Amino acid sequence: MEFTVNHQALAYLIAAVLFILGLKGLTHPSTARRGNLYAMLGMLLAIVATLLGRDVQTYGFIIAGIAGGAVIGVIVALRIQMTAMPQLVAALHSFVGLAAVLVGIGTFLHKQDAGLLNAVFMGEISAGVVIGAITFTGSIIAFGKLQGLLTGAPVKFAGQHLLNAVLALTTIALAVYFAMSGSILALLLMTMLALTLGVTLIIPIGGADMPVIISMLNSYSGWAAAATGFTLYNDLLIIIGALVGCSGAILSFIMCKAMNRSIINVVFGGFGSDSNSGDSAGAQAAEKGVKSAAIEDAVYWMEDANRVIIVPGYGMAVAQAQHSLKELMELLEARGVEVKFAIHPVAGRMPGHMNVLLAEADIPYDRVLEMDEINPEFPSTDVVLVVGANDVVNPAAKEDKSSPIYGMPILEAGRARQVYFLKRSMRPGYSGVDNLLFYQDNTSLVFGDAKDTIDGMNNALKGGGH
Amino acid sequence: MPEMIDPSIIALYVFVLACFIGYWVVWGVTPSLHTPLVALTNAISGIVLIGALLVAGDPNAGILVQLIGFIAVLLASINVFGGFLVTHRMLSMFKKKK
Repeated sequence: MEFTVNHQALAYLIAAVLFILGLKGLTHPSTARRGNLYAMLGMLLAIVATLLGRDVQTYGFIIAGIAGGAVIGVIVALRIQMTAMPQLVAALHSFVGLAAVLVGIGTFLHKQDAGLLNAVFMGEISAGVVIGAITFTGSIIAFGKLQGLLTGAPVKFAGQHLLNAVLALTTIALAVYFAMSGSILALLLMTMLALTLGVTLIIPIGGADMPVIISMLNSYSGWAAAATGFTLYNDLLIIIGALVGCSGAILSFIMCKAMNRSIINVVFGGFGSDSNSGDSAGAQAAEKGVKSAAIEDAVYWMEDANRVIIVPGYGMAVAQAQHSLKELMELLEARGVEVKFAIHPVAGRMPGHMNVLLAEADIPYDRVLEMDEINPEFPSTDVVLVVGANDVVNPAAKEDKSSPIYGMPILEAGRARQVYFLKRSMRPGYSGVDNLLFYQDNTSLVFGDAKDTIDGMNNALKGGGH
Repeated sequence: MPEMIDPSIIALYVFVLACFIGYWVVWGVTPSLHTPLVALTNAISGIVLIGALLVAGDPNAGILVQLIGFIAVLLASINVFGGFLVTHRMLSMFKKKK
């Protein structure tokens, strides 16, 4: 039996269903692995159906490409540390972007030789290439910021928005010209401008907004795939592109909401660079001074507590303290203390970053609660341990109308009986805003590396004495 | 034979309806799995591999087009294999209390 385009289309339909079921699996951790398996099957089916189709006649380059990609992908996926997940994701986004650019240009050259060009088709190529190019360089910048190769602070210069506007409009003009004329020069020039635009759009965005950036680039990579699907009249690419695009857009929305900021404000705002001088709350609080505490004080309160809530932030990832926290959890539980973890939606450098790190340390996911679930429990909690988080517990977000983070939903850690802040220094959080919680009567700061401090607590608990 | 609808319009139908499916499905994803969600959507956006296969797979397209296709296949494959495997690694770590 011959494998016709109709067979191929049916195979693509089944693949699309498998991808949808795959995403649906992520509704709950217990079904998530099965979901991933469905998505893998969908991908396998899609690849096989494409290779069997009439359009693919020669396999040398394809086998070499897939084999090479498989080796690189597997090595990277096995070696990557969970704390480096945001960088990996950014790097992978850039690959999708570049692949979309190459597919667009390759398809153009291919169809040009065959004399199969028309304006709609070339408009679709433009969309795929431009979105792909922005995704590519934008993701490289995001990778550089996450990896520390570039400064995490927003890079701003005069006329930035004007430059972006000019770049964007020129790109669109070139796209229209390309669609009308089929000029390869216009296509290449347009690609170069879109590549530049990817850089200038992402470089002014600060490190604190990384969860939004990762989500946004995730979304772009989906739209790039969908645009490629339009170019190739391939419904599977369109469906998958739309799914991924939506997913990234929804995550961006959730992240923005968790910071009480609009996407416009994140993209054009350049948060985190504002110097804080003249902030009345900050100056006032500095006069009050802060209490610092020894490890033993914190242990003393925790071991007799009924409930301890741990609030992890990016500092936990930097210090790689998640495994020590797991031990602390076990030691406290052995003494009958209930231990829970509270996660703010924007804790870390990407959506859900903290959950993965805690899972890596074998901390059961039913101990790890989201903001809305855990907030009612703080007033009846004896001790809150804040590990490398800052802005997400800052009461200024509720109380100080002049604060840049005013209105952001926070974990209400300050309502617990005792709060211990594990901090390296008095430096404020990424927003650059002073934390009012430091100066509250029930708050003490424990200075030092988070991992060393928690190991110290564990030793004290193991020692049995106070 | 009735008048045929332009394939681009049909593609638009597919796109818009798929956006709705994506919207409903993704809102159901639990926040604790948002990192695996990003990793998984990243892996499946490696579906541009399909487009890359079409570019790399035509022997009549000339060596330049095939080379462009080859690089695209390579990049998309890194996404597919790396993305799925790292998603699997992450999801395997999410356990309930023993």
